[in-house]
Amino acid sequence: MNSVNDGVESPTGRLAAKRPAGNALSRFARKYAMQIGIVFVALLVWILFLIGSPRTFLSFPIYAAYMSTTPFFALMALPLTLVIITGEIDLSFPSVMAFSMTVYAIVLTATGSHVPALAACLVAGLVAGLINGAIIVRIGIPSLVATIGTQFFWRGVVLVVTGGNGTSLTSAKDTPLYEAMVGRLFGIIPAQMLWTIAVALIVWFFLNRHRFGAHIYLVGDNMESARLMGVDVARVKVLTFAVMGVAAAFAGAVVSLEVQYFWPTLGEGYMLSTLSSVFLGGTSVFGGTGTVFGTLVASFIIGAINAGIVASGLTGFWTQLIYGLIIVISVALQTVLSRRLK
Amino acid sequence: MDYLLQMIGICKTFGEVASLRNVNFEVGRNEVVGLLGDNGAGKSTLVKIITGYHQPDPGGRILWKGEPVERMTVAKARELGIEVVYQERALADLQSLWRNIFMGRELSNRLGVLDVEGMRRETERLMQAHMGFTSKAITPDSVVKTMSGGERQGVAIVRALYFQAELIILDEPTMGLSLSETRKALDFVEGIKKAGKSAIFIDHNIFHVYPVADRIVVLDRGQVKGQFLKDQITLDDLIAKLQHVAQTGRFE
Repeated sequence: MNSVNDGVESPTGRLAAKRPAGNALSRFARKYAMQIGIVFVALLVWILFLIGSPRTFLSFPIYAAYMSTTPFFALMALPLTLVIITGEIDLSFPSVMAFSMTVYAIVLTATGSHVPALAACLVAGLVAGLINGAIIVRIGIPSLVATIGTQFFWRGVVLVVTGGNGTSLTSAKDTPLYEAMVGRLFGIIPAQMLWTIAVALIVWFFLNRHRFGAHIYLVGDNMESARLMGVDVARVKVLTFAVMGVAAAFAGAVVSLEVQYFWPTLGEGYMLSTLSSVFLGGTSVFGGTGTVFGTLVASFIIGAINAGIVASGLTGFWTQLIYGLIIVISVALQTVLSRRLK
Repeated sequence: MDYLLQMIGICKTFGEVASLRNVNFEVGRNEVVGLLGDNGAGKSTLVKIITGYHQPDPGGRILWKGEPVERMTVAKARELGIEVVYQERALADLQSLWRNIFMGRELSNRLGVLDVEGMRRETERLMQAHMGFTSKAITPDSVVKTMSGGERQGVAIVRALYFQAELIILDEPTMGLSLSETRKALDFVEGIKKAGKSAIFIDHNIFHVYPVADRIVVLDRGQVKGQFLKDQITLDDLIAKLQHVAQTGRFE
């Protein structure tokens, strides 16, 4: 299979491309333009904060705070990158966080143990993700509409089941599970930060070094071509939604364990920070391009901006305004830039 | 006769539109079949049934080397050695050259882990040996979007070649190509014949099909309206017959 049929001559002959040969450095810059750009943005934001309030940003606690709160949405932004590269979108994840944690709370109440509760929580997230995928692929509803629908549906399920009442998770404190999920390594580094790095590495590996990821790019770039060349488009899409569902459940558990309480409103407020991380990170809203590195760096920029808004004395009312701006500006910039680069 | 591919009683309806009506079609071993027909005659539908992209309506049968194929799928067709160069090239514009060459058939181990270096190396070799990309500006990591129509066609054709096909289907390979690029595409079809393989060459331009085909099948409004062995009909006669079919829907 893997050797060329040398008996057949090439039709293209010598189509010597007449383009100026760029040197290696400019080719590198061109290829990684998005990633280099996002790193510069991150540095810029950081320097601005350093100048703005040097006392805060030259001491460790602010970074410890970043590392504990940024993972809440970074853990979802990373797999959401996969969904968006396929040209779809998931807007149901905030409700899936709450739904999965409702299942967690029910199992915890029934068994008194956190381990089966977490397992059930992840399964619930998987089921919610599979349902999203099935609605989009089998019935053929645009993901934007389908996941707005499931967003309201799951939130409704949560409210009906819990009656609006939260559940205390204080019994988790000092259990190995708690330590593993949200403990502090060496007393300072939040475990969720390590989870975020682990998830980033895993998602990077699958996106760039696995057939699944190769197919994700192909599906998002040109669904028809991918189908003609034998890519199972439906399977790829359903899988990305399933992964997203599990990630939302996991993030829900991390958030709830961190505060040792499950609120039925869990997830509200993560929509904007998660989406803006993906788009600021350079993932195209049209599908086909995007990187894990970009999303990871962008998550921390978003986290920093969040802290910066508070640190600079602006009220929380400003956060929505600023995140909204970030989404619109980064998506518009990408579109304009990619048209220029043609 | 010993056929490579045989299709018997193939019908295909999309909703109420009958795209193919009781089509019998075959390709011999080491034969180049020219498939002629106007837009909407059903050429592309027939191709997509051969490649397993569409399923024929119940009752139609497909035989490969005399053996019936139960349910043709894209993966199955490739396994059998059927390769297609699609009209629309079937490329992913924003992806690198190597990802396009190995689209849907990435080199990977059993767990699905990609052999990225292997694919880059193979692409580099194919570029030099078959695509004639000698410029340093195009590398295996170059994005397909930046390439010319002829270069893109080269990518699509080399991709079909790479995986040892027995039957290569070219769906309007000359569309949108310059004169010299068209010549190269036709040379390629002759190359297939010399290499002992079979081909289906689809076009609506008789002047492209006639010189390279052994047999010409005329499809019109979803039906096979006539077949001609090239050595039994002159180009002028064929053109006259085609005009008649186009006007009346019938030969004679």
